[in-house]
Amino acid sequence: MATVKLDGVRKVYAGGVEAVKGVSIDIADGQLCVLVGPSGCGKSTLLRMIAGLEVITDGEISIDGRVVNRLEPAERDIAMVFQNYALYPHMKVYDNMAYGLRNRGQSKEEIDKRVREAARILELDELLQRKPRELSGGQRQRVAMGRAIVRHPKAFLFDEPLSNLDAKLRVHMRVEIKNLQRSLGVTSVYVTHDQVEAMTLADKLVVMNGGVAEQIDTPIKIYEKPATTFVASFIGSPAMNLLRGASAGPKGIALAGGQAVKPRDFQMPETGREVFLGVRPEHLTLVNGGNSDLELSVIAVESLGADTMAHGVLAGSNGRADKIIVRLPGAASIKEGDVLPLAINPGMAHVFDAETSKRI
Amino acid sequence: MVENNRWGNFFAHLVLIAGVAIVLFPVYVAFIASTHPPGTFVRGVMPLLPGTNAWDNYMTVITEGRSRAGTPPIAGMMWNSFIMAMAITIGKLSISLLSAFAIVYFRFPFRMFFFWIIFLTLMLPVEVRIVPTFEVVANLGMLNSFAGLSIPLIASATATFLFRQFFMTVPEELMEAARVDGAGPMKFFKDILLPLSITNIAALFVIMFIYGWNQYLWPLLITTDPSYYTIVMGLQRMVTGGDSEPLWHLVMATVVLAAMPPVLVILFMQRLFVKGLTETEK
Amino acid sequence: MQTKRTTFSSPWLPYALLAPQVIITLIFFIWPSWQALVQSLYRQGDAFGIRPPTFVWFQNFQTLFADPLYLNSLQVTFVFSVGTTLLSMGLALLFAVMVNRMIRSRNSYTTFLVWPYAIAPAIAGVLWWFIFNPTLGILPYVLDMFGYNWNHRRNGNDAMIMIIIAAAWKQISYNFLFFLAGLQSIPNSLIEAAAIDGASRMKRFWTIVFPLLSPITFFLLVVNVVYAMFDTFGVIHATTEGGPAQATNILVYKVYRDGFVNLNIGSSAAQSVVLMTIVVVLTVIQFRYIERRVNY
Repeated sequence: MATVKLDGVRKVYAGGVEAVKGVSIDIADGQLCVLVGPSGCGKSTLLRMIAGLEVITDGEISIDGRVVNRLEPAERDIAMVFQNYALYPHMKVYDNMAYGLRNRGQSKEEIDKRVREAARILELDELLQRKPRELSGGQRQRVAMGRAIVRHPKAFLFDEPLSNLDAKLRVHMRVEIKNLQRSLGVTSVYVTHDQVEAMTLADKLVVMNGGVAEQIDTPIKIYEKPATTFVASFIGSPAMNLLRGASAGPKGIALAGGQAVKPRDFQMPETGREVFLGVRPEHLTLVNGGNSDLELSVIAVESLGADTMAHGVLAGSNGRADKIIVRLPGAASIKEGDVLPLAINPGMAHVFDAETSKRI
Repeated sequence: MVENNRWGNFFAHLVLIAGVAIVLFPVYVAFIASTHPPGTFVRGVMPLLPGTNAWDNYMTVITEGRSRAGTPPIAGMMWNSFIMAMAITIGKLSISLLSAFAIVYFRFPFRMFFFWIIFLTLMLPVEVRIVPTFEVVANLGMLNSFAGLSIPLIASATATFLFRQFFMTVPEELMEAARVDGAGPMKFFKDILLPLSITNIAALFVIMFIYGWNQYLWPLLITTDPSYYTIVMGLQRMVTGGDSEPLWHLVMATVVLAAMPPVLVILFMQRLFVKGLTETEK
Repeated sequence: MQTKRTTFSSPWLPYALLAPQVIITLIFFIWPSWQALVQSLYRQGDAFGIRPPTFVWFQNFQTLFADPLYLNSLQVTFVFSVGTTLLSMGLALLFAVMVNRMIRSRNSYTTFLVWPYAIAPAIAGVLWWFIFNPTLGILPYVLDMFGYNWNHRRNGNDAMIMIIIAAAWKQISYNFLFFLAGLQSIPNSLIEAAAIDGASRMKRFWTIVFPLLSPITFFLLVVNVVYAMFDTFGVIHATTEGGPAQATNILVYKVYRDGFVNLNIGSSAAQSVVLMTIVVVLTVIQFRYIERRVNY
């Protein structure tokens, strides 16, 4: 068990492309750190640098207090679970799990003990003599986990381990991975593009975009106080509504559509500053006409049973206004063409600088 | 498709049976000839039904050969052919696997240069540079040796390209997983890459064994000592040795024996043969 | 050219891995070819070392292309290659189309048609040489009944026909397998669409199937020409030995004879260079074709 520390890590490829632009992360012992972001944001490159599969251009990575920049993957004492599992197709499940231990010259008894133990934890006992092609997707995934567990490594690295599974199995395995990581207490770095997976698994969440860590915090903090418009729109589903506008002093924020909004419990930025007003769909409530912060004219309605999603634009806007989504209770009976008076829940408005996209 | 094609099918079978007959005919004739006593061939036209002398003819060629014409017993020549074919096959496979591994799994200076050197072998078949190649082998003292028979033939661009192609389709993650598991390059090659290549290796083995067994010009050039004769070239000595009409019953027994091993290989490993053939040439 | 995303790193291992292949190529391929190039520009010295080899520029080539025997050999090679290629590919295409119609018997026919691939060219030559033997061969006997007096020992045309048949016979299997693979890769829906459009069986073959086979046909054309020009040495050497009267003296056989039997090194080297040029051209054509197919 160990800490993993990244300090100003950069990756520049031979062609001059800068994939990772100086990322620093501190992962405490036993923590599960999730790197999340869209494809091409550098999250996988970062993970592969921790693993030792990519050369580190600049900065320092240390595992358990030891700088590993120049070490081979095998010398870093890490284990990795790959997206396509990378099981050796010609080896039985048992040998797949034992291969790394054999390469380290462990005794036969020790290898057997560890493999059986891992198999018991992952309920693979019956499958040890099978070849990977005889297994289902979920079983393969568990073998890949088993191959990591038997090593008793200082850290687990997961590279989108669930993205090859179907939706139902993905939810199931997500819980299993979480429980397993908790009970083994091994420091882990987990890469995914799925923000639900990221929110549910992470002790520490790193939202990456364009090679930069936009925000590093607990999932709930990131949800409550997104640091940038990118984080705001990436975390949460449906995405946060971002409405372009300008600060109008005591009147609140003048939105592009013409309406002005004055959220309660809110510190106004100086007058005239260009901003984005951010409100999550679930933080808008249907109210009586007089108490509304803004009025929405509904374009489309999606009934999901538990919720009803209303898509629309600000009433009376000139057509260039930003689209808005509102999450209403499933019972709400609304239809296209309605005009809904909405209030922003107290303290749930976010304002970002339009130029820097940073939170104000 | 629903179509009235009874006549069509009948015609197709007819064509194919004729085709199979054309293809089989020469070997059938050879087999028949190899079962007749020598006298048959003096009397004019070749018979079309088996004779009674098969055992004698085959025993003669296998154990005696035609010593007066300078042809050793067939048994020895078959053995030489086998050794040459195996040496060429194993040699070609080994050096091609290693080169393809280097080209795909390493980045190093002059990589393209080496690739082109290997590629050039495609353009320089032995037939077009007979004399100077002979001189090189003679200067190296490799005439009349198994090394001389096999080593100059084992460079192979096609096998290298095939393995390169196959290695490119092996998922990247397997190599990465092996590295995380503590396997160095040669361990990865031995434990992961070779076992995965086994079908390709087997398919190429079939093709190259046939190639090696059927070598003709090369053994003809570099062997003067009958104890290194291979059967395919030895056959020619039997046909042209002496001025008289060839001893057809013995020649044809030799033909049957010389053709047997590669034909058996194709018949028993047809699937691998087809795979090897269609993939090496693409 | 690509490598893997991640590669192993070692300053010496890749060179060690390439060494066997590269060394053999240098010693037995590149160096002799270079020697052939050099020798082709010299007149050889005499055997006693009194007169040293002299540099003569392209004189060997001039002599070569002025030599009626060489020009004859070029012509013979052309006739032989075209004859072998057409005969072999024609029969192979016919068989492949017929086999492709079959369902249950497809594999049995295939087995019977592929094995001649295993026969060495020299053996194929001897087999047909025996069948065409003027005194006891079966075919001259049959031809005699039609009033044709077959004798490949005297008649150059007879000899040419014989070696074409022998060389083509061996190559049928190869062409057959590629044509069959090509036919099987044509989607059935195309044929069905043509049938619905009212095309007859023959029409479907010539307007749909054959055009779709054209890449394979072209590929086989090159391969067969290469085969006929370079791999058929055994057919000639084991049977006609270039005769009668040079009628079957193809280029590869002539290189061998001039080099080893007549010991005319300069001329043989010049012939080698001409042959190399032909191979290079054919290889380039073949690779351009492969490239094009990759692009599609």
